[in-house]
Amino acid sequence: MATPENRLAFDGGWEYAPAPESTDHVSIEKRYGLFINGEFVAPQSGRYFDTINPATEEKLSRVAEANGADVDKAVEAARDAYRNVWSRMKPAERGKYIYRIARIIQERAREFAVLESLDGGKPIRESRDIDIPLAAAHFFYYAGWADKLEYAFPGRKPKPLGVAGQIIPWNFPMLMAAWKLAPALACGNTVVLKPAETTPLTALKLAEVIRDAGLPPGVVNIVTGAGATGAAIVEHPGVDKIAFTGSTNVGKIIQRALAGTNKKYTLELGGKAANIIFADAAIDQAVEGIVNGIFFNQGHVCCAGSRLFVQESVAAEVIAKLKERMETLIVGDPLDKNTDIGAINSKMQLEKIESYLKIGKQEGGEMYQSACRVPKQGYWCRPTIFTGVSQSSRVVQEEIFGPVLAIQTFRRFDEAITKANNTPYGLSGGIWTDKGSKIFKMTQSLRAGVVWANTFNKFDPASPFGGYKESGVGREGGLHGLDAYLKLGAQR
Amino acid sequence: MAVLKAVKTISRLPDLSRVPAVDEVGVDERVARFQSRSIKKASKVEALKLILSMIDLTTLEGQDTPGKVRQLCQKAIHLHDALPGLPHVAAVCVYPTMVSVAKEALAGTDISVASVATAFPSGQSTLSVKLDDTRMAVAAGANEIDMVISRGAFLAGDYRYVFDEIKAVKKACGDAHLKVILETGELGTLDRVRKASVLAMHAGADFIKTSTGKIQPAATMQVTLVMLQAIRDYYHDTGRMVGMKPAGGISTSKLAVHYLVMLHETLGNAWMTPEWFRFGASSLANDVLMQLMKQSTGVYQSADYFSKD
Repeated sequence: MATPENRLAFDGGWEYAPAPESTDHVSIEKRYGLFINGEFVAPQSGRYFDTINPATEEKLSRVAEANGADVDKAVEAARDAYRNVWSRMKPAERGKYIYRIARIIQERAREFAVLESLDGGKPIRESRDIDIPLAAAHFFYYAGWADKLEYAFPGRKPKPLGVAGQIIPWNFPMLMAAWKLAPALACGNTVVLKPAETTPLTALKLAEVIRDAGLPPGVVNIVTGAGATGAAIVEHPGVDKIAFTGSTNVGKIIQRALAGTNKKYTLELGGKAANIIFADAAIDQAVEGIVNGIFFNQGHVCCAGSRLFVQESVAAEVIAKLKERMETLIVGDPLDKNTDIGAINSKMQLEKIESYLKIGKQEGGEMYQSACRVPKQGYWCRPTIFTGVSQSSRVVQEEIFGPVLAIQTFRRFDEAITKANNTPYGLSGGIWTDKGSKIFKMTQSLRAGVVWANTFNKFDPASPFGGYKESGVGREGGLHGLDAYLKLGAQR
Repeated sequence: MAVLKAVKTISRLPDLSRVPAVDEVGVDERVARFQSRSIKKASKVEALKLILSMIDLTTLEGQDTPGKVRQLCQKAIHLHDALPGLPHVAAVCVYPTMVSVAKEALAGTDISVASVATAFPSGQSTLSVKLDDTRMAVAAGANEIDMVISRGAFLAGDYRYVFDEIKAVKKACGDAHLKVILETGELGTLDRVRKASVLAMHAGADFIKTSTGKIQPAATMQVTLVMLQAIRDYYHDTGRMVGMKPAGGISTSKLAVHYLVMLHETLGNAWMTPEWFRFGASSLANDVLMQLMKQSTGVYQSADYFSKD
């Protein structure tokens, strides 16, 4: 095991020269209006807010703030488009439009990737290799379903719901827009979508794509704003369905607002996933899995593996190897192709993470951070782990939504299950073992919507995603994701 | 602590059941991450020069003659004199019968002579023949011996035989450095690669090496990563550094740079020297030279500007 005498040195030798992705090909307007009825219009509120680059704190653009009257207009446009065009169109024709959107995203993938990293702080490696390709894949996948819905639900008569109000978070701005829009459109609904206030730019770029794809006006409307704009969508009587991804707190507020209405809803909320390493696991690959589980996208991932459980007989080894691996993670400029961990999305989020670091230490946890340098300007958090914490610690119980891992040990299988399930959340989980039977037993016992075996944070449009308990209601992705946007007529 | 270390490094057949499992999918993913690193400008030039200095320039053919070996040694000394400030390669690697020729041709330089031995490449011979083979190469002046393990015995589960054989060859090497070739292309799984690495290091290997170059697949980044991780764990356990040599199939600068990235992020700075890392290759040098000329002049030159020996 690594001791002070035989520790490996990664710093001070060969260094990678900066390899920044160029931003020349990305056009950002000085100011964006609301995308309503197929065109960008000034907000009736007359108000705009700044969106900044969290890596530099520089202003990127000004974005319209939609008020109740703006949301009215958007819902009305969506309703007209639903009645007169989209619900009457042949399903195969709907599919063509969605395919077209997918192809344009692919063609402009680099532009989207750079913009996503500029506005949200995530490393270009992730936006380029994961976010944008997956977003295109979701449109491709659901485009294929558009004219096959009756085969998805044999014997039923699937019908669209009407107007869907969709509210998405700041951690995967473009990908979440794709998750929401693609199934809604494929099923024949029209949409009013609100991106998060800190990361609206790729959704607005997507509005341009939707316009260029010739989608009939009003089928997709994109309104920007903060919580009040979201509330106006949720409470709007002309909306038939709410799809929300975000915090559990806001999810509960939405559920209260929707109680007693006829609106359908799906909620994808917080998580505090258990990542469980058994002694017989492939240890080096498990360490990679821990890194990928918690440091992917700066830990701004609802399904992040933020609670690590390591079997005691290998705990010291795993933790030593994890610490060593953390020293090779490059934190910095999101646009540098070699960056592993980018900027924290906003000042507010950084403050929240830092408050948890304080809490963790006050609770008696032992904090370890990698020794990497971070830039002076911008919002940064070094990769962090806490050892010596327990199920009673707040850093174990609460979702931090940052690059902060809480590590506990366990002795027996049932102990791991008990602790893993001992949380109000249940979005995802991970298990690492060389033994197949253990994997099956674990997947049956974990109360979580997704369980990864010997891997973590893997996504595919064909795979359903969603939570147990306070992690959410309903499923997105795959066949299950269609159900959320359809009325299923009686059995024939 | 020092006493404890000495005890630990006494070579005893290690308990191979305690060697951690290897997940091939996970290894592929890690390798893909190394390959996505973007190495440009100064860091690329530094890497290319380091790669040159780590090359074991190799000729291992039935048709090798003293004439061919002398030409290769000339190349080792004069990589590309048109570009000043280049390092020379680490070693020239030949069959035992060619060691004396190489030794003479490289006299006055500090380029090592490496010789394959132990019934290379199949290793199908008796221990006494293998030891004679080794002693002959060392007596002729080889500074480094590249032995092959008995893959048949390893696959049959006779780890004791393989272990004892490596130990005996190590003893026959005297002062010469011992590189142990696992011939990973014949081992079949990464689990076995990891086990064979542990076995070889405990038996006294100074270096572990992937391949003879005679079997496909030869070196891959996946296999090399597993071996580097075994080296790291062995270092953590014993405090003894062991070198790594991927051999065969590494013919482009881009791939070699990816290997360096992997080395750098797995074992750190201490291993980033020819003392601890080698490339077994014959055609890699010219591709690296071509890239270095491009970095210095801004244009690619014809392959005919670079000597082929």
